[in-house]
Amino acid sequence: MDILLEIIMIPAVLALIKIVVIILLFALPLGTLLTLMERKWSAMIQDRVGPNRANIGSFTGHGLLHLAADGLKSIFKEDCIPRGANKFLYLLAPFFGMISAVAIFSIIPIAGPIGDFTFQVADVEPGLLFIFAITSLSVYGAVLAGYSSNSKFALLGGTRASAQMISYEVFMGLALMGVFMVYGTTRVSGIVDGQNEYWFGNLIPMWGVFTQPLGFILFFTALVAETKRPPFDAPEGESELVAGYFLEYSGMRWSAFMLAEYIAIVGVSVLMTTLFFGGYHVPWLHLWESAPQWLVTILQIIKFSIVTIFFCWFQIQLRWTVPKFRFDQTMSLGWKKLLPLSLLNLFVTAFVILAFA
Amino acid sequence: MLIIFYIFAALSVFGALGVLFLRNPIHSALSLVGTFFCLGAIYVMLNAEFVAVIQVLVYAGAIMVLFLFVLMLLSSKDSGDYVNKWTIGKILAGLLSLGIFVQIAGLFTAENLELGPKGTYPLEVVEEVGSIALIGRLLFTDYILAFEIIAVLLLVAVIGAVVIAKRRFQ
Amino acid sequence: MTDMTTLQSRNASMSSNEDSTSSVMTIEIGPAHPAMHGIVRFTTQLDGELIVGMETEIGYLHRGFEKESENSKWIQVIPYTDRLNYVSPLLNNIGYSMAVEKLYGIEAPRRAEFTRVIMGEISRITDHLTCLAAVAMEIGGFTFFLWAIKAREYLWELVEEMTGARLTTNWTRFGGNSTDLPDGFLSELSDRLIKLKDVMAECDKLLTRNKIFIDRVKDVGCFSKEDALSFGFTGPLLRACGIPYDVRRADPYSVYNELDFEIPVGSTGDCFDRYLVRMEEIQQSIKIIEQAADKLPEGPYMTDERMLRYPDKKDVYGNIEGLIDHFKLVMEGHQPPAGEIYMPIEGGNGEVGFYLVSDGSGDPVRVRLRPPCLNLVEAMPSMTIGHYVADIVAIFGSINMIGGELDR
Repeated sequence: MDILLEIIMIPAVLALIKIVVIILLFALPLGTLLTLMERKWSAMIQDRVGPNRANIGSFTGHGLLHLAADGLKSIFKEDCIPRGANKFLYLLAPFFGMISAVAIFSIIPIAGPIGDFTFQVADVEPGLLFIFAITSLSVYGAVLAGYSSNSKFALLGGTRASAQMISYEVFMGLALMGVFMVYGTTRVSGIVDGQNEYWFGNLIPMWGVFTQPLGFILFFTALVAETKRPPFDAPEGESELVAGYFLEYSGMRWSAFMLAEYIAIVGVSVLMTTLFFGGYHVPWLHLWESAPQWLVTILQIIKFSIVTIFFCWFQIQLRWTVPKFRFDQTMSLGWKKLLPLSLLNLFVTAFVILAFA
Repeated sequence: MLIIFYIFAALSVFGALGVLFLRNPIHSALSLVGTFFCLGAIYVMLNAEFVAVIQVLVYAGAIMVLFLFVLMLLSSKDSGDYVNKWTIGKILAGLLSLGIFVQIAGLFTAENLELGPKGTYPLEVVEEVGSIALIGRLLFTDYILAFEIIAVLLLVAVIGAVVIAKRRFQ
Repeated sequence: MTDMTTLQSRNASMSSNEDSTSSVMTIEIGPAHPAMHGIVRFTTQLDGELIVGMETEIGYLHRGFEKESENSKWIQVIPYTDRLNYVSPLLNNIGYSMAVEKLYGIEAPRRAEFTRVIMGEISRITDHLTCLAAVAMEIGGFTFFLWAIKAREYLWELVEEMTGARLTTNWTRFGGNSTDLPDGFLSELSDRLIKLKDVMAECDKLLTRNKIFIDRVKDVGCFSKEDALSFGFTGPLLRACGIPYDVRRADPYSVYNELDFEIPVGSTGDCFDRYLVRMEEIQQSIKIIEQAADKLPEGPYMTDERMLRYPDKKDVYGNIEGLIDHFKLVMEGHQPPAGEIYMPIEGGNGEVGFYLVSDGSGDPVRVRLRPPCLNLVEAMPSMTIGHYVADIVAIFGSINMIGGELDR
């Protein structure tokens, strides 16, 4: 038993366990559930019932079984490779999106540390820059899928995706500079702890959304565009490009793209929670000084999950409410509106910090 | 630790060779991405996490995507096989590369190997202050002139790109 | 919009020397493509995202309606007209029957005409709803699509109540209609109209002032009055260009001159104007239906003219005239007097005109349909060249091409 504990406490092993737990118990289930949630919620918006047919006997679980049915269907579908496709790249492409979607969770703390133990896989110094570096690779998934499919629609989708994602990375980074400046660090734990301070006594928590309201809106917009979710889904362009860059995919590889998209939704929500809504910190909890540690941790996880799910819901609601941007409108929104605004945000933040610090 | 270094070093060399020898330009470009990754990993082992992240973010995440973007549009029409011909330019380039290689090799095998001054900031300081803060401070104090020159250079490049793009659409 | 002529000349120069480093890519949009409701093919040339050339190919849904009609009796054509514009089948029924009535030189009883107006306007609303829903869906407003389809469902249930079918209505006859209003139809109608108004108000709130939607449709597919006329546009697209031409006003048929309604017009003829014109026409149609329901007179719903209506079964079995009439109508068919006429009515997409030639026998010599959307689809290249590839869906959606009517 002691040996087992010792093995677990080796940093690498511990990190591995955390990865498995966070991804298998948080990211993947939430991402998978979101596929159902999206269908159910859109059904509610549109006066429909939504999926309710898959069943075992009389048990349908309000559509829950559709998840299993969809999974089975994807596994048993033929994995088609179109003629003339670049086979190696074609088979490789779905993994990029998945990797970058999952990598976001590696630096996110989902609860406060207990002693030396942190609920975070790694607290690296470049912090969010690391996230940017990894998410910037997700563009390869779209580009390679578009290129290797030997389809003109996919190619157009791939070029759209690459242009859009590279552009929005810029605004994503710039929008976040304000947050870095306010909390004085790029380390995620530092930013989260910085949001545990309060203004006016104990009145308003110094959450990112209050210190950086413009940055919040800009960053969220850029993130939605970066994950190619509607209204920024021109790379998919389902009405004119059929399905865009992953047009030719089928079966499990197609599912990998879809699942990556849903995990990316969770990733976006997790980032918004961590950077702008105090992360795991429950506001005003410090007033209750005698709170037991285990209760605090549970409350933190609950708070973190609630805000995350709220943002997941918000992205779904967004998708079913507004029409889509045209590709050039996406780009001009980015370069003509988000870029000047994020630069303005940067200057104003810098000015305020210099003037009042 | 050293083993990991050698693995990444070998991988990055392989990637670089792949850039030269793979026939499909897209494969070459991807090979270069692999090289950038391995370089990033080596930077991490040198405790230069910030440089590693920027290496991946800028080179692998942005610049190579643009390369791919261009290659994709060009090679979609299949530009045909490249003919290998010996031209004076190629011979000159080869000689030049050989010269540089000999120089570097000579430098490393020389008896009085001068590695230059050790870094101004020891590892402990870097870990305490954070490499981002240190790099930022250096950039805006000691190297401000170089920084500004690069900024102007990039601005010129941007203006040039705009002019070229605009001429095409008129 | 980028200058069209320079684009076309550039396109021409590029296709002339293919070996140059041209960046034009040819892409086949259709016949099987999610944006092509109905089936039609656009061979599109793209320079990046920009459309520099387009060729339209139609005929994928050609069924030989006109030739089929020549080999049928006059009355047997009515079911074929259901399948012309299959989102507003009743309007085709009405148009064809009125054309044959014009050939006969008779008019249906007033009650029948008012009922036709009610059902025709219901069909117009379903047509417009389908078009608006498709436009909205294709630029991402899926919620609008389903709401509009929900509203359409209310009306189609009315159609089903009246005719017994949703699409294969086969409702009108020469000199009247096959059925009168079913019991409680009018109260049902007013309930449904209230529901429809609610849904339309919701849809209006959702989309009409949405910035993204306006950006997607404003100044997309602009068309000048002159071009619209020279292409032979009719219907909502012509009105969106600013010409208040509506057959219901320009050449009033049925009882439209007794009803009060307005003809909405746009100014630039872009997709947004088309959207607004259709939205307003739905409101006007509701107004027309309400008036017609108020004014609906009592009386027969089918003419009593011999050799026009099929005799009642009790006459067929009970007296010799009935039996002979029935025999002759079935074996020889209706025999309109010899001559040729053109009868236009205002369909969902524009002027639905039937050109009929009769030699006095029971078989039509010629049944020709003027499909409104043929002219519109013909103008697709001039509307799209110079726009982005994503605009095809908005422009094509707002044309409301109906394959059955286009390819006949």
